[in-house]
Amino acid sequence: MTAKIRKIAVNVEEVHSEIGRTISPATRKAVAVAVIENPFAGRYQDDLTDLMDIGAELGGLLGAKCVEALGITPDQAESYGKSAMVGENGELEHAAAILHPKLGAPLRVAVEKGAALVPSSKKMGSPGQVLDVPLGHKDAAYVRSHFDGIEVRLNDAPRANEIMVAVAVTDSGRPLPRVGGLTSTDAIGKDGLK
Amino acid sequence: MPDLHIRKIISSREEIFHEGGPVADTPLLRGAMLAIIKNPFAGRYEPEIQGFMEDLKPLGLDMAQRLLDMLGGPDKIEGYGKGSLVGEGGELEHGALWHAPGGYAMRQLLGTANAIVPSSKKVGGVGARLDVPITHVNAAYVRSHFDSMEVGCNDAPRAGELAFALVMTTGGRVHSRSGGLEAKDIKGEDGLR
Repeated sequence: MTAKIRKIAVNVEEVHSEIGRTISPATRKAVAVAVIENPFAGRYQDDLTDLMDIGAELGGLLGAKCVEALGITPDQAESYGKSAMVGENGELEHAAAILHPKLGAPLRVAVEKGAALVPSSKKMGSPGQVLDVPLGHKDAAYVRSHFDGIEVRLNDAPRANEIMVAVAVTDSGRPLPRVGGLTSTDAIGKDGLK
Repeated sequence: MPDLHIRKIISSREEIFHEGGPVADTPLLRGAMLAIIKNPFAGRYEPEIQGFMEDLKPLGLDMAQRLLDMLGGPDKIEGYGKGSLVGEGGELEHGALWHAPGGYAMRQLLGTANAIVPSSKKVGGVGARLDVPITHVNAAYVRSHFDSMEVGCNDAPRAGELAFALVMTTGGRVHSRSGGLEAKDIKGEDGLR
């Protein structure tokens, strides 16, 4: 089954200064969201394979949308994250089926490599609610400068029978990182952690 | 003259395929740019503020150009709008400074755009949302193109900041069927019909 997409939204945030300090080059985060029909809204469905397949489709599509919006090559992506918000006639497990089994592999193609776990969040919600997408370094989860998040919300989604699926990609960490820990330059990026 | 201090620039692009009806042959695109800048007049009453409009001109042109790039160029644009969010340390009047530099930047880059640019403005706290109205670029009465786009940012506008928005669309509402003046029937000379 392929996703029945009502709309796709892509947001890019650039931070040029923070607390009076110039950020150069600006840090940049993108989040791409697809609003899809929930094929299992309003009923209990035991086999969630269709949603897993939709996850695979959207992982590639939304990852590529982020990379395109940032105007970078896939290898320049530094961190990523994924989230889903399920409209009131669905269930939380629908978000899990989209996000976890199959979304990651095509996303990793879109951002090249991606040894680290893709951080995620999920919730039930309604139109206009906020979805906070967690962000972590794509090759080494312990890189402390890249722990972040990006908020996304759409005033008209998710309707009761819809699911909002979000993928976030950045080309940078936080604007003024200074809490130590593993740095991106010291990360090895093989085991996904360090 | 106060300089322009930009903290953040946020772009939003929506592709709308349908809204419960037939899937559109060409998806409707809506784009928004939001710039978060320092309010040079925050925290006091400043009688003379109009000079800041000149400082805002390059920002308006940059944002309008980014919208055109995002949506496929001037030939694709059919609707537009603008708006201002003023952080709590400022006053509503500061938001009005965006009318000329924001509106004329879009009209200049679009070439032909005879309709007044619809606008909204308000004072708000961090995380406030603004509904930016949208109308047809050449004839304000075109009913299919009345629309709006919500903009905002979780960490803005701070008390001493302004958030200025420009919005463009490539068409009317995706399932427009409420009658009135149609885009194909406009003269587009007086900006109204």
